[in-house]
Amino acid sequence: MLRDNAISDPKREQKTFTIRVMLSVVVVLFLTSAVIYRYFDLQISRHQDYVTNSDNNRIHVRSVAPTRGLIFDRQGELLADNRPSFTLNIIVESASDLDQLIARIKSLVSISERDILRFKKRAKRVKPFEPVPLKYNLSEQERAVLAVNSHILKGTEVSAQLMRFYPQRELLAHVLGYVGRINERESKVIDVDNYRGTDFIGKIGLEKFYESQLLGEVGAEQVETDARGRVMRVLSKKDPLSGKNLTIHIDRKLQKVALDALQGERGALVAIDVKTGGILSMVSVPSYDPNPFIYGISQKQYNKLLNSPDRPLFNRALRGQYPPGSTIKPVFGLIGLQNGIFDMNYSINDPGYFFMEGIKRPWRDHNADQGGHGHGVDLAKAIIESCDVFFYTIGVDIGIDLLSKQSALFGLGQKTGIDLPGEKRGIMPSKNWKKDNRQQDWFDGDTINMSIGQGFMLTTPLQLAVMSARIASRGEIIRPQLIKAIDGQEIMPTKMVEKLQIDDAYWDYIHGAMIDVVHASNGTGRIINKDLNYKIAGKTGTAQVISINEEEKYDSSKIDKRKWDHALFVAFAPADDPQIALGLIVENGEHGSLTAAPIARKVIDAYLENSQQEKSGIASRTNPLSPPHIKVN
Amino acid sequence: MYKHDFVRRLDTKGGDRRQNPFHIDFTLLMILLTLCITGLFVLYSASEQSMYYVKRQATFMLAGFSGMLIVAQFPVRFWERWALYFYLSALFALVAVLFFGIEAKGATRWLNLGFTRFQPSEIAKIAVPMMVSAYLGRRHIPPKFKHVVGALCLVGLPALMIIRQPDLGTAILVFTSGFFALFLAGLRKRYVIGSFLGGLAVAPILWLYVMRDYQKQRVLTLLSPEDDKFGAGWNIIQSTTAIGSGGLTGKGWTLGTQSQLNFLPESHTDFIIAVLAEEFGLVGIIGLCIAYLMLIGKCMLIALNAQSQFARLMAGSISLTFFIYMFVNMSMVSGLLPVVGVPLPLISYGGSAIVTLFFGFGILMAISSEPKRIGAWR
Repeated sequence: MLRDNAISDPKREQKTFTIRVMLSVVVVLFLTSAVIYRYFDLQISRHQDYVTNSDNNRIHVRSVAPTRGLIFDRQGELLADNRPSFTLNIIVESASDLDQLIARIKSLVSISERDILRFKKRAKRVKPFEPVPLKYNLSEQERAVLAVNSHILKGTEVSAQLMRFYPQRELLAHVLGYVGRINERESKVIDVDNYRGTDFIGKIGLEKFYESQLLGEVGAEQVETDARGRVMRVLSKKDPLSGKNLTIHIDRKLQKVALDALQGERGALVAIDVKTGGILSMVSVPSYDPNPFIYGISQKQYNKLLNSPDRPLFNRALRGQYPPGSTIKPVFGLIGLQNGIFDMNYSINDPGYFFMEGIKRPWRDHNADQGGHGHGVDLAKAIIESCDVFFYTIGVDIGIDLLSKQSALFGLGQKTGIDLPGEKRGIMPSKNWKKDNRQQDWFDGDTINMSIGQGFMLTTPLQLAVMSARIASRGEIIRPQLIKAIDGQEIMPTKMVEKLQIDDAYWDYIHGAMIDVVHASNGTGRIINKDLNYKIAGKTGTAQVISINEEEKYDSSKIDKRKWDHALFVAFAPADDPQIALGLIVENGEHGSLTAAPIARKVIDAYLENSQQEKSGIASRTNPLSPPHIKVN
Repeated sequence: MYKHDFVRRLDTKGGDRRQNPFHIDFTLLMILLTLCITGLFVLYSASEQSMYYVKRQATFMLAGFSGMLIVAQFPVRFWERWALYFYLSALFALVAVLFFGIEAKGATRWLNLGFTRFQPSEIAKIAVPMMVSAYLGRRHIPPKFKHVVGALCLVGLPALMIIRQPDLGTAILVFTSGFFALFLAGLRKRYVIGSFLGGLAVAPILWLYVMRDYQKQRVLTLLSPEDDKFGAGWNIIQSTTAIGSGGLTGKGWTLGTQSQLNFLPESHTDFIIAVLAEEFGLVGIIGLCIAYLMLIGKCMLIALNAQSQFARLMAGSISLTFFIYMFVNMSMVSGLLPVVGVPLPLISYGGSAIVTLFFGFGILMAISSEPKRIGAWR
């Protein structure tokens, strides 16, 4: 094959080759030493560094969500629960044919196009071995169907997690609020460490106000993961600390009575425990079911709630600002008496109209057609019959400054400081207020309008209840409060040390007048005194929604119902030893006496009957149940 | 019968082939067996304790061993004569790859034969030194300039084709294996030094015109792996972490977290040494190096005792090539050299490499079982 004519010299070939091999052996040994030195450097000299690197690689801390605190009513009834909620997940990695699998699932349980779209969007973002939710909140039947067919549904799994549930549904929506997924704005504000492992946060209501107590402390698991982040095993674990359980003053049964009494209307009612300031009931109707909000309510459903003319999402009790109408008359009377503007014997003649010096146009009394309230209208009669002209008169005498300043002591135009977010302040106008907000000077005409709770003045139903409680307690500065206990530990009411400085004689006088509103034959609230075995003190009110020319007569038959007057009522009972005070409004209910007062009677009846039973030891569970422990995998 | 054979005959003790009737070198066989079995254990751990790769690899090894024993039965002269045809078929296969190759991971390196796939560049690793040895075995010692040029052409042609695949690492190794034959044949010092300097001069040209972006990236990555932690730097960071965290005695067989949890890429092929280092520590590494050095030493002895120039050059270049694989692989995994696709001989998973290696050892056995000279190295 290969030919070369050169004569070979085996000895020389051998010698050259041997030298070259020796040379190679030296190089081989040198390079091998270099490599071993490199491994020595990595494995011995820098061993610790790499051990740390290796541990950082594989060991990760995974958060374990704490169980959110439960909320109970004063009787220990569960208002906000955590329930296992079942989610159908697909693990993309283990599904052989995704579209076929989804089609199969679709034939078994109802799945909307929106679910599928959302699933596909999320599946793109997560690792293929991670379960991606397809349908939340499976019903028991759906779970059964899926379990039976599991053999043809390879790649699916049903997981359980604790989710908030409001068993009382619309009964307490405006008090409890709800939790929902943390949104972008919230994620910037919260301490991220506390929310590792949970997607939910209190959005409104108590859930928001007591978020830090309800949340609990996040737990941590040290897990070993592989390079793709799949968890291989749990190395160590620190259990999460459950959130604190709240007990609130609300009485679920009373709440139900109030809601039923207001059903079909638009309005709000707040009932306060006169002794403690605890909110016994807080109703805003119409209400809504907060449960769909937890998972993210559908746009359609949400729009329906949002655009409803009845505004169910609007918390009227806390945020609704209405003219208080005649309900503030007792307060103005007290201010007049205590400041010596007039005395208990002072009376006027009411022809049905009130004329102001220099102003041609008169202010009408509500019964101007019947010729007014006649001769000898004193403060008591003015309250009992709700005489406007009397208050026009004393209003001007007292003057805006005094009215404005001292009404604030009854909570009017002030935030009550209730433990709920988003409370409205209302308006207790003053000269400065008008200057700042209307760029106008204060006129006596404004005082006249205000002296019957109209004009610029606005109050929330909560403020009316607080006002009523302060009258009932003879001047205790009561602060309304929902929270009764946190984890069984009583939260004492925050009571101001000082009381309103008003003589007992005046309190007696005003209480007497308010009792007569209900119990006297000429009282505006007399329709509710039938078969009363205790005494209710109250005051009716009617608030104009549209301004009617002062000379015109209000005629509901000519007006759209949405523009009818609001009916209001404030009350406390039993009058001799007040326990419950309340304020309520029925939007477009026309007359406080006819629409609002009977609702108050039902609520007070229910409360006193119930507390009577409690005292005699029937049906009372003061200690809330311990939260049920549900194992979640 | 050529005259050289005849001349050499005079120098030998006599043709007693019966001393070793099956042409088996037992020392070599034992070292190979030890390495292969070690390799299977490491492979089992590296492939997440599945028997799939182990079974396949064992099959390859069995085929390799059989091939080796068959190859050993042929006289050395047979291989010398067939070197050219072997070389030409390797070239043919390399050309075929360029046209009909299977593409994987951006490179075309595989040929599909219907029943199996193989890498022609692996064959080139043995065919090239064989060809160069045969070419130089019949020529002047030290080789004349024209023969040096001739040998370089024999080496350069397949190397260029492998670069086209592209597989720069294998191309360089193929080139090196041919160069070893030249070096052992007594290439003059000035050529050795000249080629070393030439290599330095060629480097920038390679960088500018031959190397692909990903290849350049690998070199840059070597210099600073932290620049691209999750991209190009990932492999080297994970392999050094695996090696370093192994410490002196390692984490234990199948207990290496880096490899078991898939942090280590290519853990059953090119990066298998990191698995060994993690699980058996420095002790394991030194043990492996000792086994390799024994193997290389034994091969060198065979080379020194060989009867013909071809046999010497062949045996010498096979052992040096074997060393280079080991060195390059261990260096690249530990971050001393850029990542080039060089498997760890006898340990890494891969059929083509195993078969090629055993083919080489078969020739070494054939050489070793040739009758010995008087005063041979023992």
